[in-house]
Amino acid sequence: MTKFSDLTRLPDDRGHFGPYGGRFVSETLSFALEELEKTYLSLRDDPDFQAKFDYDLAHYVGRPSPLYHAERWSSHLGGAQIWLKREDLNHTGAHKVNNTIGQALLAKKGGKPRVIAETGAGQHGVATATVAARLGLKCDIYMGAEDVERQKLNVYRMHLLGANVIPVESGSRTLKDAMNEALRDWVTNVDDTFYIIGTVAGPHPYPMLVRDFNAVVGREARRQSLEQIGRLPDALVACVGGGSNAMGLFYPFVEDEDVRMYGVEAGGDGVETGRHAAPLTANAPRGVLHGNRTYLMSDEGGQITDTHSISAGLDYPGVGPEHALWKDVGRVEYVAANDDKVLEAFRELTRMEGIMPALESAHALAHAKVLAPTMRPDQHIVVNLSGRGDKDILTVAKIDGVNF
Amino acid sequence: MNRIDQRFAALKEQGRTALIPYITAGDPSPDYTVSYMHALVEAGADVIELGIPFSDPMADGPVIQKACERALKHNTRLSHVFAMVSEFRRQDSDTPVVLMGYLNPIERLGYPTFAKQAAEAGVDGVLIVDMPPEEADEIAPLLKEHHLQSIFLVAPTTSEARAATICAHGEGYLYYVSLKGVTGAASLDVAAVDRQLDVLRKLTGLPLCVGFGIRDGASAAAVGKVADGVIVGSALVSRIAEGCERPESVTAELKTVLGEMRQALDA
Repeated sequence: MTKFSDLTRLPDDRGHFGPYGGRFVSETLSFALEELEKTYLSLRDDPDFQAKFDYDLAHYVGRPSPLYHAERWSSHLGGAQIWLKREDLNHTGAHKVNNTIGQALLAKKGGKPRVIAETGAGQHGVATATVAARLGLKCDIYMGAEDVERQKLNVYRMHLLGANVIPVESGSRTLKDAMNEALRDWVTNVDDTFYIIGTVAGPHPYPMLVRDFNAVVGREARRQSLEQIGRLPDALVACVGGGSNAMGLFYPFVEDEDVRMYGVEAGGDGVETGRHAAPLTANAPRGVLHGNRTYLMSDEGGQITDTHSISAGLDYPGVGPEHALWKDVGRVEYVAANDDKVLEAFRELTRMEGIMPALESAHALAHAKVLAPTMRPDQHIVVNLSGRGDKDILTVAKIDGVNF
Repeated sequence: MNRIDQRFAALKEQGRTALIPYITAGDPSPDYTVSYMHALVEAGADVIELGIPFSDPMADGPVIQKACERALKHNTRLSHVFAMVSEFRRQDSDTPVVLMGYLNPIERLGYPTFAKQAAEAGVDGVLIVDMPPEEADEIAPLLKEHHLQSIFLVAPTTSEARAATICAHGEGYLYYVSLKGVTGAASLDVAAVDRQLDVLRKLTGLPLCVGFGIRDGASAAAVGKVADGVIVGSALVSRIAEGCERPESVTAELKTVLGEMRQALDA
């Protein structure tokens, strides 16, 4: 038994990961969450359900996604070999679809004709609209008004897929506000609506089931590493907003103590400036938001503070509860990458490997750039390339002073 | 005996229904909250629910969201809320005050400090919207130690088994959420509420108070026929919103609106 083997037995039966997680919701939602938990637990080990899920992942999403050796970039950095887990090649262009496929199966099982979701960068919204189109479900997507502006392409994609995108004008007009509004919708329409949460946060059982649906990423990466590298990698790197792609990659490696893990948060203008979205790196206090206890950016009065990041998908003041625990027990090292370094990594990978990463994923790349030169050429880093960058072209063009 | 229990015992004796107004502390600015509270009592309030402003009030509709925003513009914190209750208590030592809000500001202050300072200020009960009894293990004994009652919500979606758990933990009164939705939502179905309250009555002797969807004398009276108390929030807070440029004049309006409900309930 390894030091970290206990971590694979969480959450406990009340949805707690140590002091984190739980089910902090207003009473109206308690019943729906209990039902969802029951449904999920009964299906989790059901071979028929798993077979359906695996079939969809293979034939609709296009899994397994490749593990690609970025040889040119590795030798440019002059250290460890960098391998990219190509979640950008999934149908809809990001890891998010792994989870929406799974939750859509649960929605269908529960007989719900309507799904809702929150989205930041729009990737989870697109992935939800996609599965809704395929299953003929009505779909409403809540998106912060600021994100609607900076992710116009994804907004129109969702519209083409038949979803209704509702801009959220309250609060900071970003991901957290979209989640508030989705929860308000759910509490009103709980009888006929399934809420497809896009990250490993929210009330129990969401952090658990979103983790489980994304863990396919890490299972594949582990197997591919053994096949292609001949052993497990020395380090894993993934970006962390709510933390679903990092959780998906890391979880199957949790007991592999020799595999170091790095979760890369959005440093924005720099953690020291206060303009960031890096609760773990900045040692934010514990708090409760959106149904779970976690590390949470809030002021002394307990009000949630505004976040800042170049990437809409990481622009969130909290983090999944399991990450909070992994920080405490030291299983994962959480660091931040600032906007300027992220852009640098975005451009470098695009030019050197012909792969344009999402700005979210470029946070992981920015840290790989720091990490690789400190390691030997016979060591290996797996980076989760969680999404593709097409959606960010307008953002980058604007920074370059180009307007279409 | 706690002020809440005293008040409900007296109401029961008189055969009257409790009228429970909600306002957000610090809305539209901290200068007016105490005078609004006194006005509500003059108009016939039996218990006052005083909202702790929060940046992300997930269970609330736009009316109370905006109230929180107005209060937070003045940086209304728990320390200010406690000061308001203390000031209110200088003139009113009878009317129970329940703090209602979300967990994060309380968690940030720390449970022991919260319980101690709330009790010292003269608070009688606490209703934390996003903390069901299952998550209350840590704070419950601290509240009890300081004689603060834990008030919980019951919803139309609450199963009978859950309702039994909630009743076992609840004190003061049960807050029955009359409809699925956020605060300030549309009108409610009194017959459905009546059926649900019958189920709850078999589980508990706690007074059953109904909130959500009560906007005027008529809806208050209709619910008052089946419940031990009616809770009114958005209908009052929307008056505060309309009058936020002339907050002094709102005092009289609050009295009028709540007074009509009092009359309708007592008729």
